Amino acid sequence: MLAIESVSRTYPGGVHALERVSIAVAAGEIVAVVGGSGCGKSTLLRLVCGLDRPSAGRVLLDGGVVTGPHEKIGIVFQEPRLLPWLTVAGNVEFGLDGRPRAERAGRAKVQLARVGLADKASAWPRQLSGGQAQRAAIARALVTRPQVLLLDEPFSALDAFTRIDLQDHLLDLWADLTPTLLLVTHDVDEAIVLADRIVVMKPRPGRVHEEIAIDLPRPRDRQSAAFDFAKRRVLCALDRSLARPGVDREAAAEAGAALWW
Amino acid sequence: MRPIDGVARGHADATWSIPMSLVRMLVETEAPAADLAQPVDAFAGVRRFALGLLIPLALALAWEAAVRAGLTDGRLVPPPSRIYETFVGLAASGELPRHAAATILRVALGFGLGVAAGTLAGAVAGYWALARVLMDPTLQALRAIPSIAWVPLFILWLGIFEESKIALIAVGVFFPVYLGVMGAILAVDRKLVEVGRVFRLGGPAMIRRILLPAVLPAYVVALRSGLGLGWMFVVAAEFMGASEGLGYLLIDGQQLGKPAQIVAAIIAFAVIGKATDWILTAATTPFLRWQDAFGQAETP
Repeated sequence: MLAIESVSRTYPGGVHALERVSIAVAAGEIVAVVGGSGCGKSTLLRLVCGLDRPSAGRVLLDGGVVTGPHEKIGIVFQEPRLLPWLTVAGNVEFGLDGRPRAERAGRAKVQLARVGLADKASAWPRQLSGGQAQRAAIARALVTRPQVLLLDEPFSALDAFTRIDLQDHLLDLWADLTPTLLLVTHDVDEAIVLADRIVVMKPRPGRVHEEIAIDLPRPRDRQSAAFDFAKRRVLCALDRSLARPGVDREAAAEAGAALWW
Repeated sequence: MRPIDGVARGHADATWSIPMSLVRMLVETEAPAADLAQPVDAFAGVRRFALGLLIPLALALAWEAAVRAGLTDGRLVPPPSRIYETFVGLAASGELPRHAAATILRVALGFGLGVAAGTLAGAVAGYWALARVLMDPTLQALRAIPSIAWVPLFILWLGIFEESKIALIAVGVFFPVYLGVMGAILAVDRKLVEVGRVFRLGGPAMIRRILLPAVLPAYVVALRSGLGLGWMFVVAAEFMGASEGLGYLLIDGQQLGKPAQIVAAIIAFAVIGKATDWILTAATTPFLRWQDAFGQAETP
């Protein structure tokens, strides 16, 4: 159980990135965080994975306070961030330091096969395509069997086909160990395909605006009416989250949509 | 366009022969990769190389012929054959190997010390901001001093024998290595450092597994410029009074009026300097195969 308890983050320059954000994520649950730019989505993930510390509030994993990078919390960044001087297999093994060589190699091999990169084990990262590199990054994060996997707009730099392919693939991988997934995205389709629950945030300062449960059965059909309906609910919530007080509804929705897209 | 281009180039070669060929020699020794980057046919490269050699070879042959014909005695400007004889003579008598060995030993010791100190100081100043704030201004001020200016002090402090020479070379090597390492560490991608942090690497592990591999390409460049300066400073060091070494051969040739010996020593410097640079490059290339860089054509 991952609990984010009234977390605030103010940067030294006075920028108020997050204001009393509370999100509870059950074990094995998939939660997507969506919101316009500047609503602190990425800051939130950096706080959960311990790269940054909250100014107030705390992050709890199974009751223990997360004060820094945690062995049970893995993260996949927007960019693959593979280490260019290690082979693909070397990158996947990176987080397994301290274990016997044979075990590291074996686990990396299994994980690479799981993400469909078995034949790229000895390639350099520069030889991978964008989608392959992101698969390798996912393998690196999963090989340590984290209890919580954070994903920071993991597929936003990929083309539409690769993105849809990797979204489905991610659900397969999730089914192996059912880690808790906390996904930040600005792609509403992606959020609805993947998540059990969507947290809509609003900007300046970043706060939780609304939570929407998505109880569609998996695998989810992107063309179905139910999918469309869920999408409209999330888009409306996003519009409301960006509306400014005292502005007429219609105009605010349009301005919000323009901002968002 | 081709004929005009050819005419223009021929004209340039004829008119600006000496500077052009010098420039071309420099370009070709410094950056052989430039040839690979351009998809020209192999013969064009060979032809250009041959054309570049034409002027120096012609000058050398003309001077040789002039001396043989008795037009000049070639005492101050020895003809190639005499330089070659001197070179072979020095090599056969064991003089050249002895002097070269003395010089190489000095460069090796000075380079080793300079690299060790430069790497350590650069790594510390790059990694810890406090150390950088404390150390860097002083080191930058010292760097502004022409290194040769230290010679009198070093002689007073360390004597006129090996210690002062090695110290001078080490000082020359230190600064490019220090600057290179510090700059490279400061420029390491924050995003890769965060990968190390997410996997909970401590300070030493972070340096070993992220920072050092990341700075390696820049480090090799720093080592090469350090080595170049090492060869420069060994001459200065040997000018300040040495009984052996290639620099001694230069001074000896000047004092005893043996220009052929001077040229032979210069050639030895060029060959050994280039060879050590090549060894350094060759030794580090296997560690840099991962680079995704402009200068590295993918070998399928």
